[in-house]
Amino acid sequence: MSENAATAGSVPASTAVPSEQYNYEIVKKFSIAAVIWGVLGMAAGVWIASQLAWPFLNFDIAQITFGRFRPVHTTLVIFGFGGNALFATSYYIIQRTCQTRLYSDRLSLFTFYGWNLALILGVITYMAGITQGREYAEFNWQIDILIAVTWVVYFWVFLMTLLRRNQPHIYVANWFFMAFILATALLHIFNNIQVPVSLTSPHSYSLFSGVQDAMTQWWYGHNAVGFFLTAAFLGMMYYFVPKQAGRPIYSYKLSIIHFWAIIFLYMWVGAHHLHWTALPDWVSTLAATFSILLLLPSWGGMINGIMTLSGAWDKLRTDPIMLFLITALSFYGMATFEGPMMSLKSVNALSHYTDWTVGHVHSGALGWVAMITFGSLYHLIPRLWNTKIYSLRLIYIHFFLATIGIVLYIVSMWVAGIGQGLMLRAFDEYGNLAYTFTESVVFLHKPYVVRAIGGGFFLLGMLIMAFNVAMTILTAKRAEPVTDASRAPAATAS
Amino acid sequence: MKHESVETNAGLLIILTLAVISVGGLVEIVPLFYINDTIEEVEGVRPYTPLEQRGRDLYVREGCYTCHSQMVRPFRDEMLRYGHYSLAAESQFDHPFQWGSKRTGPDLARVGGKYSNEWQVQHLINPKSLVPESIMPGYPWLATTPLDYSDIEQRMIALRRVGVPYSINQEEFDANVERFGEETAVMLDINRAEDNLIRQAQEGNFDGDRSFISEMDAMVAYLQVLGTMVDFNQYSEGYFAEFR
Repeated sequence: MSENAATAGSVPASTAVPSEQYNYEIVKKFSIAAVIWGVLGMAAGVWIASQLAWPFLNFDIAQITFGRFRPVHTTLVIFGFGGNALFATSYYIIQRTCQTRLYSDRLSLFTFYGWNLALILGVITYMAGITQGREYAEFNWQIDILIAVTWVVYFWVFLMTLLRRNQPHIYVANWFFMAFILATALLHIFNNIQVPVSLTSPHSYSLFSGVQDAMTQWWYGHNAVGFFLTAAFLGMMYYFVPKQAGRPIYSYKLSIIHFWAIIFLYMWVGAHHLHWTALPDWVSTLAATFSILLLLPSWGGMINGIMTLSGAWDKLRTDPIMLFLITALSFYGMATFEGPMMSLKSVNALSHYTDWTVGHVHSGALGWVAMITFGSLYHLIPRLWNTKIYSLRLIYIHFFLATIGIVLYIVSMWVAGIGQGLMLRAFDEYGNLAYTFTESVVFLHKPYVVRAIGGGFFLLGMLIMAFNVAMTILTAKRAEPVTDASRAPAATAS
Repeated sequence: MKHESVETNAGLLIILTLAVISVGGLVEIVPLFYINDTIEEVEGVRPYTPLEQRGRDLYVREGCYTCHSQMVRPFRDEMLRYGHYSLAAESQFDHPFQWGSKRTGPDLARVGGKYSNEWQVQHLINPKSLVPESIMPGYPWLATTPLDYSDIEQRMIALRRVGVPYSINQEEFDANVERFGEETAVMLDINRAEDNLIRQAQEGNFDGDRSFISEMDAMVAYLQVLGTMVDFNQYSEGYFAEFR
């Protein structure tokens, strides 16, 4: 025993096991939360998709009608699944790339409880009918404050860890995470300026009204996509793709150029959600112009990620995690081509207000965000628990279920969106409207059924992932007591 | 300056990032508050009455914006289907705006007056009973839930703080008489909010039951005023184009 203690105590810090040198506990917590919210959020998505296909599923129950439940879905997948995955990966990446422990265990734990408490409160309040009525910012004002405080602490933990780095350079992934943290703070605060009805009331009214309110909301809305769902996930990509491929990033110069270009350009494009509305034309023209420009840095990121695999393409045959990562980048490229195209005013005249937009969002959300997250978590989780993944075969199955699901989803929404758009603008030979609105709703039924099925495929994949992750952790835990027993006395003796 | 100095200095990285991400929003949002042409000069747009505002609160509560827009675009098909395209002026008292982003159901910006109160009530309780192909959920609880107007004054005070011209003293009341006329000014008086709400619900008889002020009363009152405030016959065709 004493021999054991002596050797363990003399191990220099740099070669200590990673789980002691770094704070892995917090990364584990956020990873598990991401998987749980992923299952719940995607289940909520399949549920509301089914309500559109089979409206009896609303059951005349206020709390689960589409209007109240849709924010539950969007909040849980964006902030629950995506948000927790970003906390997990950013806390992991910053420790690994700065070769230092996270600044404060307590403060990082605070971000975990603060963030997830906000999500739970959000779900409850939406179902109770408490909402700000702003898309993707439905949280009421008290929860907004909780989120703001949590976010400032997150920034502080991230910054202080960055300042303690044992590397002169700040790795590129951390630039993206830093930009994401700063921009999200800016957007969250300015889009949630509200005057409460009273200090005890959950209700409030927005400071801005009408056209200014619309502009602020979509400046927020599109940059939630740009920074929360893009820049931050690019940070994830810049660590896990080179790691999994075992190769350095394709072009360092490209990462510099596309980083500054993407964070500059994104902030201009929100108004393309307001083409042809009462928003002045000059704003929407500017937004369309910058949306087209945005194609360049977006593809810069995609190229940088995919080309990192050059010379190691064979990994796509043997490594399902690589399949997830590269497919994610492909969907990212596709969605960031489709986006600028839809921001053209003439295309937008048809696509706006239709399911084409919904399909576009999901090619980004499922194809890019979820796929890169799945790949990253499959890479991360065995390392966190110092074990191997329970089943590689299940990762393959997850990959194919997810991909089939996405294809069904996107194609059905193209049909629904373009179809409805064309029907609503069709005229008969006398110059009258050719179809009533109701006729277009009837047309949407079949695409809605296919979409719900596609979502079901994707959810099934997510459930398989949850099972795979749970089994991986359980297997690791069963093996753990042995190592614990050998380490514990060592720690006390030294 | 070499990029390396940014990569080795967290403070510099933060400052430069903040500068770069601030430009777009500043250029596109700030002028909207200062350029006069942003909101058209038009007669008739007034703040919502207490009952209509409570209806609007319910519209937000039920998430109607997830399926219905309130923004008619200047296209031939939309003008045939819904009416004149929406003006910025028409949502100037909307906190928050409810333009929406998706039309799973039709646009509602000009739904006011298109259907009778009875139709709206029946449709909200059970949409399929009037439109068999409809995929809209039913909202039967609106008809059976009493409207909570206990905090109507507080709500109007909050809205007044964000710029809606509800009056709280004689001076503001007089200003409203000048701006909107006496009849409307009375409805915008915070001190008379509860009386006004009850009176409008009883006189309007939106849900078909004068003795019971339900959430349905407020919701239908709101729907029936949507898009009806501006008289478009007053203006020549080219007038609104000047503001775009």
